[in-house]
Amino acid sequence: MALSAGLGLKPDHFDAALECSADGLWFEVHPENYMAAGGPRPAWLRAIRARHPVALHGVGLSLAADADPDPVHLERLASLARQIEPALVSEHLAWSAWRGIYLPDLLPIPRTRAALARIAANVGRAQERLGRRIAIENPAHYLRIEGHEFDEIGFLSELARHSGCGVLLDVNNVFVSANNLGFDAAAWIDAFPGALVDEIHLAGHSRDPVHGEALLIDTHDAPVDEAVWALYRRLVARIGLRPTLIERDDNLPAFDALLDERARAHAILDAASQRGAALPEAAR
Amino acid sequence: MSRSTAADHARTLARFQDAFTRALFVDAADPTDDATIAPLRSQLGFAVYRNTVIKGCIDALLANYPAVARLVGDEWMRAAAAFHARHAPPSQPCLVDYGEGFAGFLAGFPPAAGLPYLPDVAWLDRLWTEAHLAADEPPLEAARVASLTEAELANAVLTPHASARWAWFDRHPALSIWRHSRAGAAGPADDGAAFEPAWQAEGALLVRTGDAVVSMALDRAECAFLDACAGMKRLGECAAAALAADPAADLAASMARLLRAGAFTRLHVPCPPPEELPT
Repeated sequence: MALSAGLGLKPDHFDAALECSADGLWFEVHPENYMAAGGPRPAWLRAIRARHPVALHGVGLSLAADADPDPVHLERLASLARQIEPALVSEHLAWSAWRGIYLPDLLPIPRTRAALARIAANVGRAQERLGRRIAIENPAHYLRIEGHEFDEIGFLSELARHSGCGVLLDVNNVFVSANNLGFDAAAWIDAFPGALVDEIHLAGHSRDPVHGEALLIDTHDAPVDEAVWALYRRLVARIGLRPTLIERDDNLPAFDALLDERARAHAILDAASQRGAALPEAAR
Repeated sequence: MSRSTAADHARTLARFQDAFTRALFVDAADPTDDATIAPLRSQLGFAVYRNTVIKGCIDALLANYPAVARLVGDEWMRAAAAFHARHAPPSQPCLVDYGEGFAGFLAGFPPAAGLPYLPDVAWLDRLWTEAHLAADEPPLEAARVASLTEAELANAVLTPHASARWAWFDRHPALSIWRHSRAGAAGPADDGAAFEPAWQAEGALLVRTGDAVVSMALDRAECAFLDACAGMKRLGECAAAALAADPAADLAASMARLLRAGAFTRLHVPCPPPEELPT
């Protein structure tokens, strides 16, 4: 069965998630939370996996660092992937580890040709160790950085061409970044090469407590914004059905509230596939 | 692109990451700021990264040290955690395992001097995390020990369970305080009843049985016995170590208690040395 709409899995919702039987449902986790030698964490994930497809969405490989991926962390990821047999594996176009320090965030880079070569090599190394294609997510942007030699779409396209990776398109990140950096989110969505998209993320964001609307933050602590839903419908109408995840990490509502949001994405995907838009762009 | 230009570009990304990392941890503008970082620091958005990084570290320490957080309150804990995170940031991305040095940090943290038992409570929080994450192993069956002759038993090597962690606290009733604080951290607020543990030394064993980490009080002899087992000593030497710690120790009762708790995983009876083989 094709993956339809899924949910980020939080420990608070573990029992409800285990029992849920919604059509096409799948779950996504940060593998870093389950990389224990033993005990309840990997056991929880195996139990979920026995009932549902699971995707691993990493935050720790730091593929955009100017350094090789940490071999220990890559090994632990590969070991978890062997146990879980994930439907999808993804990471970010960002760095989060540098010279032995882990920085719990998704940090930006100047998108240069040298960065492209380094990141393509890092993605290639991860894919080789995992024995599969991974998808790389566009992060949320908060800074205007000098010295870009590519725009983000061009960089991700080249990264996919050089490394063979796919793209995890986070629509909320496009919306937040467009607001913060002053570009047109709809034009970005329309220009993105649909054939590269392996997965879509949807999440809520917040206004900065001091600067308000001028600075939106990708907080994952609220329902998906209506403007983001509109961008999502626009994207799916063009590129067709893609596994779509509702992310929620903070200010967690009841599981049923998340299921309602997930049902909304499922209905949009369902309508798109019935219109026959499910074929990749290149095949139409 | 010429070779030297490519090398310059490569260094540029590393330099950017050096400068960005430094700027995350230094509040005021740094005179050594890279030319690429100064224009980033001045933007509203730089604070988002700075706040997210430090919040990630603080939240992890709060989650990993619930008994400490309960004792000192949220505001104190967040301030101490921020201080610790700046000096000992995480070294790897599994934050559930972050903060291995927090007990040692608290021992030398002047604002914590009024709560001298706090480092011991933090150490128990840390041992809980280690037990929680440890490898799965079957516990040793008591029947396996009972099946040995006295000579075999004295010669045997007992391996502690991968999740077993123990400590002796010679100045404070750290286990009692830790248990009381953990119970409060997990449940509703204190009922106001005074908590006055007997002020004496305590030992503690934490071990995972199934999914749950359970704690058990240990006496000094039991701690010495487990230390000797972890050192791969033969059981006869482990018993001697326990009796050296407390000549009045009831070793048979201790052994039964530890086996019931699941403190061991394997028992190995080495072949007798060659001179003991029948000729």
